[in-house]
Amino acid sequence: MADRRDELAENSGWSELVRRIRARSPARILAGRAGAAYRTETQIQLREDHAAARDAVRAEFDLNAALGVRFVERWKLFEVRTRASTKDEYLLHPSLGREFSDTARVEILRRCVQGQDIQITIGDGLSMPAVRAQVPALLPLLVEGAQPHGWSLGQTFAVHYCRVGILNEIGELLKPRVSILLIGERPGLATAESLSAYMAYEPRTTHSDANRNLISNIHARGLSAEDGAARILSLCAQMMKTGSSGYSLKEDRAALEGK
Amino acid sequence: MPERFVFSGLRELFAKANERKSGDQLAGIAAGSERERVAAKRQLADLPLEEIVRQPLIDPDDDDVSRLILESFDQETFRPLKSMTVGEFREHILDDATGEAELPKMQRAIIPEIAAAVAKIMSNKDLVLAAAKIRNVTRCRNTMGERGVLGIRVQPNHPVDDVGSILLAALEGLFYGCGDAVIGVNPAADSVETVGAILHALDRLVTACQVPTQTCCLAHISTQLAALNRGAPVDLLFQSVAGTAAANRSFGLTLAMLQEGREQVIEHHRKRDNVAWKGPNVMYFETGQGSALSAEAHCGVDQLTLEARAYGVARAFDPFLVNSVVGFIGPEYLFDERQIIRAGLEDHFMGKLLGLPMGCDVCYTNHAEADQNSVDNLLLLLAAAGCNYFMGVPCGDDVMLNYQSTSYHDAIGTRRIFNLRPAPEFLAWLEERGVYRDGEPAKFDASVRRLLMQGLESSLEGIA
Repeated sequence: MADRRDELAENSGWSELVRRIRARSPARILAGRAGAAYRTETQIQLREDHAAARDAVRAEFDLNAALGVRFVERWKLFEVRTRASTKDEYLLHPSLGREFSDTARVEILRRCVQGQDIQITIGDGLSMPAVRAQVPALLPLLVEGAQPHGWSLGQTFAVHYCRVGILNEIGELLKPRVSILLIGERPGLATAESLSAYMAYEPRTTHSDANRNLISNIHARGLSAEDGAARILSLCAQMMKTGSSGYSLKEDRAALEGK
Repeated sequence: MPERFVFSGLRELFAKANERKSGDQLAGIAAGSERERVAAKRQLADLPLEEIVRQPLIDPDDDDVSRLILESFDQETFRPLKSMTVGEFREHILDDATGEAELPKMQRAIIPEIAAAVAKIMSNKDLVLAAAKIRNVTRCRNTMGERGVLGIRVQPNHPVDDVGSILLAALEGLFYGCGDAVIGVNPAADSVETVGAILHALDRLVTACQVPTQTCCLAHISTQLAALNRGAPVDLLFQSVAGTAAANRSFGLTLAMLQEGREQVIEHHRKRDNVAWKGPNVMYFETGQGSALSAEAHCGVDQLTLEARAYGVARAFDPFLVNSVVGFIGPEYLFDERQIIRAGLEDHFMGKLLGLPMGCDVCYTNHAEADQNSVDNLLLLLAAAGCNYFMGVPCGDDVMLNYQSTSYHDAIGTRRIFNLRPAPEFLAWLEERGVYRDGEPAKFDASVRRLLMQGLESSLEGIA
């Protein structure tokens, strides 16, 4: 098939600069074309990746399976559920994923300490594979990185059928200063392993997205766990300093890079 | 004896007259049966237009979007229409005697709720036929929306805003004849530094290659303005808008912010006298059915009507581009391909009827019941409807926002099928550079490749 590729798809004719950029971008750049359509390889690849993403959406969260028994024990993690009882209910009724089940509330209050500086929570969101791939590196980095600041940390737990809005209920139940939710993003084609950190300062039931900040695209070809953790912690510091979060709080990249 | 359905007010009537949408069901306001749905359509068809103006679905005292709609309403032009029913108005729009010249004259007499009402009693093909009559032309650094033109926004997003990757993807788009609508990047990080860096890089690219197009970084309006104040060039000021004051608040947005931002950018354009501005449209808006419900700010009103009200917001600020991001929101609002297609056709029609330069981000997410074929279907339907522009994402795969849209390949395919061309200034540039020959992309030979390299190298100078 190689002889039928058009020149744009050929790697060899490109300068070092183009090849370098292409190698570091997950975007499907310079794929070439067959007339006004995709080459067959592109066409099949797109469907193959879509199939993987669909399966990632349908995958059910299981704490031990996702993170391994040793990791779960080391961090004393436990799993609770929202009011969604099935995957379909979760997908079609977002509000159910924003509230804990009654048993979850009891469990959380029993096992967690209120009023800590930072509460980190894990949510499956729309991708269990994202949690599996990113949390084992990210959680320890966040905990280590919080220590020099002297911030107290709440007990981390995992939420099955979790939506971003659960931040508000975490805020009401546990009253942390900063609440961080590490949640699986909607799987894309390039990766089903992308994780987001949604963050809010003293979240309450009245809060909306306008009160939240987001560090997204934490995955192998996006933001590394190290850089992700640094940016999350830097935002934490900004939130603690200003006593606020949301669209009015802009990430101070200069301060981050100056460190 | 047919069963009788009683609707307790316009809100209920409007909601139940909708085609089936998971978002209306989620809000608990959808018709309970197909017969109830049609009964609502019939009753809505008999409703005089003046009743819709007289009974606002959301009280203007509580909601500044309602106030904006009523303040910008042209009573004088409305007079000959007001006793028409919604059903008669549908026929009036579709009538052979109502052509390209007549519909724009009515635009300010049509409030968003009227556009929504008539959309509810149209078939998919009606929505295509009616929209195809209307061309809404806008100008910034080029001219969009003329008959026979299909624009494309190049959307070269990157998961960590890598400028080299953004520029290479954008350049590839240019070589497919894409990017006439805008080269617009959604930043992964909403920081002033990142947004400024992206805006400067895109500006270097269009300056180095002398491309007659506009650039944009789709961050929050306040971030873009902060970058502007630090010296970043802003061609188009972007913002997501919704159909209720409360939903806009959840975006961290007020109407005053849009007004002030627009004035600031117009002033900024005036100062950039090295750019050959073609016209005064400086805003870019994105919308989508379900966004108000998603923010729990829908006030009991259906998602189609709220989408029309978002267009009511958009048109008050003379935008250059407006598009619904129709499949982005997820299956809880638009369940599957059938619902996404319906919503896409409704959005485009309503926007056009209200006078907007409507494009569409034809897309889906991986948790919706849709695939690449769904995108192909809606893309072709909207091209037939005369949609102003679509998105161009490398192979349709947005690696930052994690959803699938339309591609550079889709752009050239659709232009070929419908015999459409890029914006006039942009096409002249493509042909002058040898990127296009006879209205189609030329083969990528060595000279084109050289051009790409030069553009990339000079716009990356000092940063790669």
